[in-house]
Amino acid sequence: MGNIIAAIVVLGVLGAVFGLVLAVASKIFEVKKDPREEAILSHLAGANCGGCGYPGCAGCAAAILAGDAPINACAPAGAENAAAIAEIMGQAAPTGERQVAFVRCNGGVNAKKRFDYVGVHDCLSATKVAAGPLECSFGCLGFGSCVAACQFGAMSIGPNGAAVVDPDKCTACMACANACPRHLITSVPVSKKVHVACANQEKGKAAMSVCANSCIGCGLCQKECKKDAIHVENGVAVIDYEKCVGCKLCTKVCPRDAILPVATAEEKEKYKAIKKAQAEKAAAAKKAAEEAAASAQ
Amino acid sequence: MDQIYELLAITLGAILANNFIFSQFLGICPFLGVSKKVDTAVGMGMAVTFVMGLASAITWLVNTFILIPFDLGYMQTVAFILVIASLVQFIEMFLQKSMPSLYTALGVYLPLITTNCAVLGVALLNIQNNYNFISSVVYGITGGLGFLLAIVLFASIRERLVFADYPKSFEGFPIALVTAGLMALAFMGFSGLKIW
Repeated sequence: MGNIIAAIVVLGVLGAVFGLVLAVASKIFEVKKDPREEAILSHLAGANCGGCGYPGCAGCAAAILAGDAPINACAPAGAENAAAIAEIMGQAAPTGERQVAFVRCNGGVNAKKRFDYVGVHDCLSATKVAAGPLECSFGCLGFGSCVAACQFGAMSIGPNGAAVVDPDKCTACMACANACPRHLITSVPVSKKVHVACANQEKGKAAMSVCANSCIGCGLCQKECKKDAIHVENGVAVIDYEKCVGCKLCTKVCPRDAILPVATAEEKEKYKAIKKAQAEKAAAAKKAAEEAAASAQ
Repeated sequence: MDQIYELLAITLGAILANNFIFSQFLGICPFLGVSKKVDTAVGMGMAVTFVMGLASAITWLVNTFILIPFDLGYMQTVAFILVIASLVQFIEMFLQKSMPSLYTALGVYLPLITTNCAVLGVALLNIQNNYNFISSVVYGITGGLGFLLAIVLFASIRERLVFADYPKSFEGFPIALVTAGLMALAFMGFSGLKIW
């Protein structure tokens, strides 16, 4: 019994002495921290998601204070908090619109399967088995690695089997983009509604045979766009969001329904009819002009 | 004169023949974790050397003047963990105040040492080997130097491994572990070392 008491007392005293020494030392060796660091930290998301590239939110706050990181380094915190941090740092609030993640695949059930994958329910694992269960080597596998990576509940597997983003919940931390083994997720401005939902870089038949919704690089959208905002690059259409005004003409001419929001058959017919009428009108006008020129001679 | 010979033997043993990493397998986690770059490896090695030297001195004092008189030898591990944790915390505060450049250079490695088994190992081995105060401190510092040697050699090899041609399935930790194993094998050669 005496042994136990001695052990308790000795270790207790030892602990207390060390505690006291540390308490005194923390006063003696106190380093004045910039109070702004705490203030900045309070305006960060606090999820320690690591999306900014710094070790945790405290690391990001220190980097912002040191000027190593931009004011809006914390994407999840949003524009309001970025503005608050800008105020703390005595800088103008950064402009630029809120970004959200977007999954560049609308395949899902429309993408052809080579086999049924029954292994670990994870996209990366699925890609390791004979290069994945899809015919399309670019498409969303739908095993939800991005859903698991999202801390904000913004990712889900959509009704057709491909991952979709809820723009209201998305904070553009891009954890999903890092989780996606096929690198399908990019960030897009939240106000833009027209997106190319395919990343297949194959052209023509090669792209057509693997999925009903694949971009085949035909370039119809590029011809149709009045703002020069959509171009076929590396075999897949890419939208320049600086130029896109959201007129949705490209969605109506896309023969593959690869551009979101997908136009209905009715809308497409209507647009075709309008175009036909316009073409006839133009032809008639041209003919009339030619006739007029001929009669003048 | 005997004392000097003993210290020499301890030094050679701690650095080469009984290297903490390669023959006692202590402190493997920082050895693998902080050895991607030579710069950080040197920083970690220095920090470990520093803490091991100090920890040897203080744990020896605690053991001799507190634990032994109270017949509490069986509480060594607990008491030493307490000492090392407080010591590292204290050093961190001290460095932050008086040597900010060294503090930033050591960075996150300093708090990591708290859980380094090589530090606790050296404290317990000092007692096990019945070292006196001076021998303990020398063993602590040279043990740290042995760690420094091992981690710097390992980090330099790993830096070169980046350009090496090895099977893809070995990428990352597998090739690092193979390398560490081969290095341990090489260090076994020192076990037959005799100087007199």
